[in-house]
Amino acid sequence: MAEHFNFWSTLTEPLVRQNPVTLQILGLCSALAVTTSLPTALTMAAALTTVVTLSAGLISVIRKHIPDTIRLIVQIVIIASLVIVIDQILQAYLPDISRSLSVFVALITTNCLVMGRTEAFSRHNPPLPAMVDAFGNGLGYSLVLIVIGAVRELFGKGELMGHTVLPLVENGGWYTPLSLMLLAPSAFFLLGMLVWAIRTVLPEQAEALDTVPPPRGEPAE
Amino acid sequence: MSGLWDLFIYSALVQNMPLTLFLGLCTFLALSKKTESALGLGIAITGVMGVTVPLNQLLYTYVLAPGAWAWAGMPELDLSYLDLIAFIGVIAATVQLLEMLLDRFFPAIYAAFGVFLPLLTVQCAILAGSLFMVERSYTLAESAVYGLGGGAGFALAVTMLSAVRSRLSYADLPAGLRGLGITFILAGLMSLGFSSFAQMAASQ
Repeated sequence: MAEHFNFWSTLTEPLVRQNPVTLQILGLCSALAVTTSLPTALTMAAALTTVVTLSAGLISVIRKHIPDTIRLIVQIVIIASLVIVIDQILQAYLPDISRSLSVFVALITTNCLVMGRTEAFSRHNPPLPAMVDAFGNGLGYSLVLIVIGAVRELFGKGELMGHTVLPLVENGGWYTPLSLMLLAPSAFFLLGMLVWAIRTVLPEQAEALDTVPPPRGEPAE
Repeated sequence: MSGLWDLFIYSALVQNMPLTLFLGLCTFLALSKKTESALGLGIAITGVMGVTVPLNQLLYTYVLAPGAWAWAGMPELDLSYLDLIAFIGVIAATVQLLEMLLDRFFPAIYAAFGVFLPLLTVQCAILAGSLFMVERSYTLAESAVYGLGGGAGFALAVTMLSAVRSRLSYADLPAGLRGLGITFILAGLMSLGFSSFAQMAASQ
């Protein structure tokens, strides 16, 4: 792996083709809960990308010293410590966004995306590829969050990043906000549509029929 | 007493873990293909949450909360920033213990859903139960009810979703929508249904 390491493809593969959210069903919990507006989605995306990159680097550095039997606990402790640091930084510098993210920053600890990357990739690879791979996956996750966050904020409130894009009826404009967009069901619908769109463009991602044996298992948490 | 019952209903239906709070979605989607495994997962989650949320409540109140060490002459000591690591530790230990106990005394149950237990350490819903407990400062009784209610709500949702999915396995869907895509849309429809429970809480 080390000599065949392709920097660019490791970084770009997870963006769409191997997207962690839409293909591997990893890290969904936070992807849907924090996307009611673009600023929270961006903060969450940045926090997760930082945590996943740093934890992949750290675990990769000490990968030869971790006994196999306790590796999950070691990984969780490293991830949890990083999350606490990020959480404290957010509380200190972005108190409003930190409040609206509520427990979801803390929940990065159990985000399957982070564990999935450390377990599947960083454990077997040197620090640089591990960090590039984790960063790419973080970007793939961020991309989904930003798309869903933008759609929900635009149609739910007529705004993007707090600036009015579609003038609302109550302010003398023409757009009636779709309040369903701010509720839970719309996040599921949007992600379902996104998955459908990606799999229509890239048909090799479509799942086989359940009645025949599937070609590959879906990774669980 | 009626307050606790209300809390149970509230945590199971109004604030349903996977459908309104999006917690534990990874296992919710990955293990809802078959009804038996979905039910086993639901029971395992209810058990683990019913134990860990009250345990973490005790841990938080007597060790981590600001002022918890006042009796030892350290009233300004505030360890609450350590809650994440402490809670994860408690959850991991509980899961491990539960697994050993079930394996030793109830091998039939262990064979039925023991495979899900290790997964539960990294289940967002279980950790979130403990974190919400701190954020809303529940008492010990309330946190036990909240844990059981949250777990029961998860079990209900995952069993229902698996029932619908098993019916859909013969449906003629567009190729891109098969599997994950349609599951999201199903979950969205169920979430719409569950959002009607929010009115129930508002009318109380």
